[in-house]
Amino acid sequence: MTSFALPRGLDRPRLADALQRYGVYAAVLALLVFNGIFTDHFLTADNLRTQLVQVSPVVIVALGMALVIGTEGVDLSVGSTMALSGALLPLYLGYGLLPSLLVALLAGVVVGLVNGSLVSLVGLQPIVATLALFVGGRGLALVIADGQLKQIENTDLLSLGTDSVLGIPVVVLIAGVLAAMVAGLVQRTTFGRQLVAVGGNRRAAALAGLPVRRVLIGVYVICGVLASLAGVLATARLTASDPSSLGNLMELSAITAVVVGGTPLTGGSVRVLGTVFGALLMQLLHATLVTHDLHDSTAQMVQAGIILVAVYVARERRAR
Amino acid sequence: MAPPEAAAAQSAPPGPDGPGDPAAPPAPVLEAVGVSKRFPGVVALDDVSFTLRAGEIHALVGENGAGKSTLIKILTGVHRPDEGELRLGGEPVAFHRPHEAQQAGISTIYQEVNLVPLMSVARNIFLGREPRTRLGLVDFRRMHRETAELLGGFGITADPRRPLHTLGIGTQQMVALARAVSVRARVVVMDEPTSSLEPREVETLFRVTGDLHARGISLVYVSHRMDELYRICDRVTVLRDGRLVHTGDLADTDRVRLVSMMLGRELARVRKEAAEGHDDGRTPAAEPVLTATGLSRRHLLDDIGLDLRPGEVLGLGGLLGSGRTETAKALAGALPLDGGEITVGGRRLRRISSAAAIRAGISLLPEDRKAEGIVPGLSVRENIVLAALPRLSRFGFISRRKQDRVVDIFMKRLRIKAAGPEQKVGELSGGNQQKVLLARWLCLEPRVLLLDEPTRGIDVGAKAEVQTLIDELAAEGLAVLLISSELEELVEGADRIVVLRAGSVAGELTGDDVTEGGLLTVLAETAPDAVPQPAPEAGDPPDAPAQAEAEAEAEDAPGAEGEPDGVPDPRKEDPR
Repeated sequence: MTSFALPRGLDRPRLADALQRYGVYAAVLALLVFNGIFTDHFLTADNLRTQLVQVSPVVIVALGMALVIGTEGVDLSVGSTMALSGALLPLYLGYGLLPSLLVALLAGVVVGLVNGSLVSLVGLQPIVATLALFVGGRGLALVIADGQLKQIENTDLLSLGTDSVLGIPVVVLIAGVLAAMVAGLVQRTTFGRQLVAVGGNRRAAALAGLPVRRVLIGVYVICGVLASLAGVLATARLTASDPSSLGNLMELSAITAVVVGGTPLTGGSVRVLGTVFGALLMQLLHATLVTHDLHDSTAQMVQAGIILVAVYVARERRAR
Repeated sequence: MAPPEAAAAQSAPPGPDGPGDPAAPPAPVLEAVGVSKRFPGVVALDDVSFTLRAGEIHALVGENGAGKSTLIKILTGVHRPDEGELRLGGEPVAFHRPHEAQQAGISTIYQEVNLVPLMSVARNIFLGREPRTRLGLVDFRRMHRETAELLGGFGITADPRRPLHTLGIGTQQMVALARAVSVRARVVVMDEPTSSLEPREVETLFRVTGDLHARGISLVYVSHRMDELYRICDRVTVLRDGRLVHTGDLADTDRVRLVSMMLGRELARVRKEAAEGHDDGRTPAAEPVLTATGLSRRHLLDDIGLDLRPGEVLGLGGLLGSGRTETAKALAGALPLDGGEITVGGRRLRRISSAAAIRAGISLLPEDRKAEGIVPGLSVRENIVLAALPRLSRFGFISRRKQDRVVDIFMKRLRIKAAGPEQKVGELSGGNQQKVLLARWLCLEPRVLLLDEPTRGIDVGAKAEVQTLIDELAAEGLAVLLISSELEELVEGADRIVVLRAGSVAGELTGDDVTEGGLLTVLAETAPDAVPQPAPEAGDPPDAPAQAEAEAEAEDAPGAEGEPDGVPDPRKEDPR
């Protein structure tokens, strides 16, 4: 079937397979090498720290998204969920950081319950089910915040965005710990394996007596909670709650990270480390292009190209 | 054996003149000559010829994989034959697209109605050829008028403005027929039109087919229901494994012979084998482990009851569409039921769900291995432990050690050939995939194992292994329900056979009656309630009232069947 000659033992499907599996790591490495040679002051601790801090909210949201996509779904409401938790946060800061944090995360739970119920109980398609809260969630956030940007003065919350432990920013630490937890969830727990099975063949999973509905609802709840946590951290970094712009286009960044990381949109597989590196790749790519004085719009087009390659590779592999 | 009035119903139209008629048969309207079609890995049709004469109703029969649908798709321009040619009215034709076949006067009515549900009845009938006003706009008035006339001609009164989906399935099918006729079809292909119809809707359908027949339109009629075939069809073509087995007048072909041709068993051989004994030394327990009564589901199952004893293999026989798979699914809690109860080990299942059935010890090996069985992207190990995950975990965390032990045991016992437990199941052969699925269920230590076509599509070696395994499992005290389209497998594997027809139990074979001949006889028998009685014998069969009522209604108001309001349409509550 190959239309052009390739080295023996490396036919097209296997090449595609390898690309989907390891492409993202190779790309990140290549970018780092490129920048090490051609970009001044790129491979410095300061710059890398900045990049990691910036990518952390995307990573956190993308982890949840990866789980949802693993079940053959998608969650468009993550950006709005961030806005919602950002809007709720300042309302309860008077009681201290912990209560307001809990309220913000509770918003994520509620969003996840609604999404999950619409998908699993009502049987809506995920893209439609989550579109409701994509639109409604941000509206609700604006109502809650009265359409206003609110400055954050709680020092506990602000320190979440600025503190470091052993030179690593707290935000990055949280993202790293969450990535490890999600990886453990997927690989080591019954829930995680059931999630993958549901995504791989839902009818077979149902016939095998798996709690398909519970798994689906659980997945959307986890995704909602992660998004709301990302909203809290982003608010802390911004030092202001801004429900009108917080998390805008986040759903697209998260989906991009997941897809570029090698998780197929057809479900049945979740690549946690790939997702983290997918987010990193997009972040580094953007930074590289911007530092080389390419306009933001050019950066977006290059990103679009990467996404196309990732999707094409996934398609090629499936077509075997 | 044909219903008595079948001949009477068919005598009015000009078509069949009886088998021994000396007159030359009517000219063929549509012919397929020496047609072959290959798909990757399969020969779907192998040098098949098919002749449809003008004005006849031609039955096309065969079991799964016989090549019926491929032949239909070739006749209707969906596929193009690799070899052979199509002739329409004697002239060779080649259809590149379904549209061209339609233009040439060949209409198809699929099992699932292929119309636009949200459009009105009239728009559906005139789709793509709407009458225009002088301004070039759609002439709705004319369209509605002509639709009403057309439907009226079939004895249907339905508002042409109504969206199609608000009508009952039967009426929708009439609309599809009306469309076929109004595009001046010469040939109408009907693929299992009655599978989702109520008995009285079937009557209306037959009236319409009779009407088409009278107009000289030829019909190709695909169905598995013997009674229907003998009632309305003139000739029959039997396909098996992509080859033509038989073409001839239906009146000359008795039912047992037709069934044996479909299933590929020669009667003479069957009778000889029957003389040989049937003994495998199993002694089933006296008390059933599973008892099911009154399993019912609209259109699919009608009051099915059976019981399964530990240590026996109960065969479930029946032709395609008789409800075998549905029965197995119902027992495994995977088919929502309208009524009925299932008792396992003396305890009644309160909620019928897959999880509940599995907890009670019922495991189902589904028919469609790819769609309902394997999770192709997961490893052999994960596919085996899928259903047992909670049992092999502590506090929600999986234990690889426990998994590996179980997987090792079953990979050895079932001789699963894979590179290792971590190989993806999607990469294995069909036989090994099937063994993986068997392992998935066996590691749950079930009390009842339901096997739906366990050896379909697997190679001969694996097949024998699976059959041996079934025997071993029964000998170990498991209750096994075996579904197989292969008579030989069913008769050899089963201690007892329950035969289904049209969703209800048609008979049971026990002891020395478990032979292919005995099975064929039951399969070919007339279904008593499928023959419309000229005078309904109310209260004769136990579940007759509803049936008799429907028939009485059909006779009282023959014009009203199509009226949408006359159909209470409980289908809306149907979760499908």
